[in-house]
Amino acid sequence: MKTYYNPDDLKNFGKIGEFQKPLADKFFDYYGEVFAEGALTAREKSLIALAVAHTIQCPYCIDAYTTDTMEKGCDEEQMMEAVHVASAIRAGASLVHATQMMNKVKEISM
Amino acid sequence: MKSLKAQDHPLSSSETEIHYLERDMPNFSGDRFASELKKINLFPLKPTQIEVLQINLGKMCNQVCLHCHVDAGPDRKEIMLRETMQQCLEVLKNNSITSIDLTGGAPEMNPDFRWFVEAIRAIDSEVTIIVRCNLTIILANPKYYDLPLFFKKHKIEVASSLPYFTAMKTDSQRGDGVFEKSIKALKLLNEQGYGIEGTGLVLNLVYNPSGAFMPAAQAGLEAEFKKRLADKFDISFNSLFAITNLPISRFLEYLIRSGNYEGYMEKLIDSFNPTAAAGVMCRNTISVGWDGYLYDCDFNQMLELKVTSQDSQHLKDWNQQSLIKRNIIVKNHCFGCTAGAGSSCGGVTA
Repeated sequence: MKTYYNPDDLKNFGKIGEFQKPLADKFFDYYGEVFAEGALTAREKSLIALAVAHTIQCPYCIDAYTTDTMEKGCDEEQMMEAVHVASAIRAGASLVHATQMMNKVKEISM
Repeated sequence: MKSLKAQDHPLSSSETEIHYLERDMPNFSGDRFASELKKINLFPLKPTQIEVLQINLGKMCNQVCLHCHVDAGPDRKEIMLRETMQQCLEVLKNNSITSIDLTGGAPEMNPDFRWFVEAIRAIDSEVTIIVRCNLTIILANPKYYDLPLFFKKHKIEVASSLPYFTAMKTDSQRGDGVFEKSIKALKLLNEQGYGIEGTGLVLNLVYNPSGAFMPAAQAGLEAEFKKRLADKFDISFNSLFAITNLPISRFLEYLIRSGNYEGYMEKLIDSFNPTAAAGVMCRNTISVGWDGYLYDCDFNQMLELKVTSQDSQHLKDWNQQSLIKRNIIVKNHCFGCTAGAGSSCGGVTA
């Protein structure tokens, strides 16, 4: 069955330079530097990436950062907590807009 | 759970395993490891010296771990006899061996384990003796309860597998209840002074991934294990060795059954590290099988690939000159020892 997403395409991510090399090189340099050990550990960055991957709902990123967090020594509980952080922010982002709804209700109600 | 051998599983045959490892796959050839070594002028791979004798005392074990490259378990009856141990002692007497690494199965289940350790110590009071203790054996039967004391008496280094500091991940790889028993055993070792600073009694833990992925960086993982085990269980240890799972025996069976074989091999190949290749453990180790045959490493032993020195394939024919000149046998499973920071029984190599 054909689908828009093919797991094997993830392996070809590095080949995007075939169509535009200078920009791809800049991106991968930047990407590599972002995920290196810094003020945050590579492990912390990987957990953030896993959470963001769920927020943007990118299947490639979810596959990649599930493996990466495990290879950074995280366990399932830590990984699921990271996804809950992303989910809580998403839910909170919706719910905080309820204040606007409440304001409007009050504005137009007797 | 039964061993692959008891199940009469096709992958209990080393011939089938080698056939699988040597198959050309869409993204890599069956002889890829040798070609990587050729690129860095390391082929044929040669020993640097022979310092470590890693001795398999038998395939019998009280556990049946899902990833075990030995296919060990309670249904395996192959164990080293005292006569073969005597031959190991002769090698120790006549050569410059600095470390004896006792492995299995559960080496302590060999009825001559204690006799052998005492005999080694009688010959050499300084040689490092390592026992690869699965921890749960200490609690498996009253006759093993005093093992920590025995280890201490003979200054044995203890190296023990603990895949994680939680029950879920440990038990998923090593069996139900293994984590809880391992924690109890670690406490007993700590009580004897093992892993406690200043005692000189070494307790190292071994981490290997519970699945088709690479191990985390050793230093960070060690810090995390130390903190978690100390905070939650008041347990101390010396070092943590991060080991990569090699595609052999039960782990190979798991990789194939779960559809992860190709992806895992590609990952190992992509992570090939020339520095790790130069430092692989087979260059200073001889692995001894339960029946006295000699191998380049524990993994080649399980694949039944005896050393290439035709005149020195068994302990009784030990020929140091011949062994040091031999070509080490390499196949695609060797990528497990050269990926990333490298992997050996003593952890990372690069």
